[in-house]
Amino acid sequence: MIQAQLPDPEQLAVRILRRERAAVASGLNLLDNKLAAARQRSARLLAALSGERALNDGHLIGVTGPPGAGKSSLVSAMIREWRLAGRTVGVLAVDPSSRPELGGGALLGDRIRIKNASYDEGLFIRSLANRNQLGGVATEVWPMSWLMLACFDIVVVETVGVGQTEIDIAEIGDTVCYVAQPASGDTIQYLKSGIIEIPDVFAVNKSDLGAPAQKTASEIGRSAPRQDRRDDWDYPVCLVSATMNTGIQQLHAHFDRHRSFLAAAGLLGKLRARHQSAWVVRVLKEEFGTFGIELVGGYAQIGRRLNETPSNQFEECEQLRQQIISRFKSSD
Amino acid sequence: MDSLQTKRDRPWLMRTYSGHSSAKASNALYRTNLAKGQTGLSVAFDLPTQTGYDADSPLARGEVGKVGVPISHIEDMDQLFDQIPLDQMNTAMTINATAPWLLSLYIGLAQRRGIDATQLSGTTQNDIIKEYLSRGTYIFPPGPSMRLIADTINYTVKHVPKWNPTNICSYHLQEAGATPVQELAYALCTAMAVLDRVQASGEIKAGEFSPVVERISFFVNAGIRFVEECCKLRAFGEMWDELTLSRYKVEDSKLRRFRYGVQVNSLGLTEPQPENNVQRIVLEMLAVSLSKNARARAIQLPAWNEAMGLPRPWDQQWALRMQQVLAFETDLLEYGDILDGSPVIAAKVRQLVEGARKEIENVEAQGGIIAAIESGYIKRELVASHMQRLRAIESGELKIIGVNCFQETAESPLTLGSDGGIMKTNPAAEREQIERLQAHRKNRNAAEVQAALQGLDAAARSGENIMPSSIRCALAGVTTGEWGDSLRAVFGEFRPPTGIDIAIDSRAVLGKKDQVTELRVRVASTGEALGRPLKLLVGKPGLDGHSNGAEQVAVKARDVGFEVVYDGIRLTPQQIAQAAEEEGVHMVGLSILSGSHMELVESVLEELRRRDLAQLPVIAGGIIPQEDATKLAALGVSAVYTPKDFSFNTIMADMVDVIREANGLGRLGPLP
Repeated sequence: MIQAQLPDPEQLAVRILRRERAAVASGLNLLDNKLAAARQRSARLLAALSGERALNDGHLIGVTGPPGAGKSSLVSAMIREWRLAGRTVGVLAVDPSSRPELGGGALLGDRIRIKNASYDEGLFIRSLANRNQLGGVATEVWPMSWLMLACFDIVVVETVGVGQTEIDIAEIGDTVCYVAQPASGDTIQYLKSGIIEIPDVFAVNKSDLGAPAQKTASEIGRSAPRQDRRDDWDYPVCLVSATMNTGIQQLHAHFDRHRSFLAAAGLLGKLRARHQSAWVVRVLKEEFGTFGIELVGGYAQIGRRLNETPSNQFEECEQLRQQIISRFKSSD
Repeated sequence: MDSLQTKRDRPWLMRTYSGHSSAKASNALYRTNLAKGQTGLSVAFDLPTQTGYDADSPLARGEVGKVGVPISHIEDMDQLFDQIPLDQMNTAMTINATAPWLLSLYIGLAQRRGIDATQLSGTTQNDIIKEYLSRGTYIFPPGPSMRLIADTINYTVKHVPKWNPTNICSYHLQEAGATPVQELAYALCTAMAVLDRVQASGEIKAGEFSPVVERISFFVNAGIRFVEECCKLRAFGEMWDELTLSRYKVEDSKLRRFRYGVQVNSLGLTEPQPENNVQRIVLEMLAVSLSKNARARAIQLPAWNEAMGLPRPWDQQWALRMQQVLAFETDLLEYGDILDGSPVIAAKVRQLVEGARKEIENVEAQGGIIAAIESGYIKRELVASHMQRLRAIESGELKIIGVNCFQETAESPLTLGSDGGIMKTNPAAEREQIERLQAHRKNRNAAEVQAALQGLDAAARSGENIMPSSIRCALAGVTTGEWGDSLRAVFGEFRPPTGIDIAIDSRAVLGKKDQVTELRVRVASTGEALGRPLKLLVGKPGLDGHSNGAEQVAVKARDVGFEVVYDGIRLTPQQIAQAAEEEGVHMVGLSILSGSHMELVESVLEELRRRDLAQLPVIAGGIIPQEDATKLAALGVSAVYTPKDFSFNTIMADMVDVIREANGLGRLGPLP
């Protein structure tokens, strides 16, 4: 009964590439579905959406920052600007789930905050609960971003940056934007911690506050270059105000510039392939543990296999899964 | 017969909150009510009028003439007050975001009838704070909204001196779940915010502020705990006296009196055994009348059948007669304050005052009430209080006769009539209002309208008082939607925090503990069977802003393990269907309290069908008569929940079963 409702992945892929909204929705539902039959179809769907185009098209932007920094209103202002420029936008908004012993439910309120008032065919928002995954961003986000990249010019992944979340967002976005709150020490603490890759673009929100915003911007400007990871990128700090709608075009210019920088340096495809590999390793480890990873030759071997098919690792992932499962069974 | 010689106090103003269908029908109702001894009018406007839309706006569909009278322009206002002398009437208008506009129409009409504005008396509710927190008919962000309130105060103090320009409402805070302490604290914080804003406007000369303070009146709620409620009102009086002296230096104690009108509690009225509401209403009326020094200036009582639908003229008459019996038959008005000197009352008042002071300090420390609304603090506090109340009802700790105890009942003859005991609005009202509006647009002088709207736009931008240009618009025949659109273009629109992001308090008991555990298991296992966690969209279509019910369902569903998408209020059916598609939900829950459920639910179903989502189960909740519930089921709605379904656990279990059935899984049945 349930299986009969699962869509044909190849046909669905064609409709997604034609940017049919119903197909996008149905594809996202499939990717979220954990039933065995659905997983296989998911892999087929992602494979059908993969290829060279998937490594080079569109722009995947991760937006993170502390609660209260005004991420959602900023994303809303960003969407308005992109839509005015005629670019289509897909959004994945991630909210926290309650702890499993408290039911594991979630309130997904982001649509209210980021939605534009009128009906818009060129905007698609899916909210997600992080489902208590360590690292914050749900495992589902990466394949869902992959799907959205196939049919929207811009894909935004928005997460609340608390604790470990930023680690994950850095493993997803082509460009990671950190939204900073003026007059709060969070950003500096975060930069000083030095344990993680830093964001590519900083947006200091609420610039209408004046001096405190400028102060925060210059503090970030002083700290960021010291963390230098990619030599030729300048880590811009941008003053914006979501409520006054100022600085958004400049912010977008930085995003575009960062994407061009990655493409020109031949980094874009590599980055996405690397993020894809990280995801494959994570889901395998989550499902089977280190023991399972060892069954197919360990991390190094998995890395090699994935490198051979950089543009279509989802299929490879499903094969690795099947191999691990059959070895589990034979070791009984 | 001693009592005949005794000097009695003058009774309070007696009103009934009413208005429906059209200006003409409402006028007829008002004149009948006045003939029955009502001494003032209380106008209920429909939602398009309250939120600044014309009757032919797409957002107004299904809402015209439903919860009140539609007033689109000055001719409607004229018809509403046909044969009612404006200079002798005391008119209260429940109007907020569009208060300057409706007041302008009233003043404009008086001008046209040759009545001097100084002769007008009445009240515009005009309190935006509680709209953000509870009632939901806000339009603009807090900054411009507070400015519009200050504008009406500055204008009326000078030109309409007998008018109460704003009625600070604690009423709706109680409906949203506020405790007496929260009511006191947030209402007084609101009054401070309003008065501070007027002071900051600089329109009132230093030393002339006392008359402004004197014009501030309140609109209060009274619940069934009538001893505590009575104490709350005494506490209000004490605190207002102290605040106006210390903060605003009002020396004349007469100008520091706490003046308030009241509508008693609707939250506690029940759908089961609705006749019990009569005694509830009478007891609640005692809370605002017993203590002479804390007595209401105006009282309006709800009708016994409010939890079932719109009251009929006879139901409203019954409510009026309750007031008349208390005022004219009993000896209440022959005495001074009968509670003065009671140590029990004094102690309770002190306790409330102290609690409220603490919460006021807390809000002030956060930067005042506006900041505390923008941060979501107050909404979270209210949602938490309300949740606590619902949990207490569900656990049986809070007894509600006929609902969670003493449910045994004989069939009530009151609801047996062919009308089911409620009023039916005229289904043609919307079409007729649109026709009237469109004819009006043709008949007016376009150049005058344009000039008046330009003046309005200029005033909105420059910060000049909005009233003179609004009155000019009224006289030129501008419509409610045009006035609203002009200001929306300048001020923008606002979506406040919903408050549903409250942290789960693991210590709080969510209804019956074992039932919750069982529910979580059901939600999780059904999710596993379907391949992903159960996802629910809670939607509020239409213009109705009473979001408390929707929020409580959202929070409860989250508590038992649903992933809940809640988009706030005022959505079109198209937006709801689009959200259902984009979010990939397993079910759509619609909450509608304005009586427009038939039109709105039908539109949502239609929009879902257009997106190939005909199979998606839809449930509806609200004040929905049985007859309509049957019709909704025939349209394909899977379940309808009304106020008689007080057990959230039961509703949740049923929702899980609706999802299971829609996906070919068996129902799990009632909770153990």
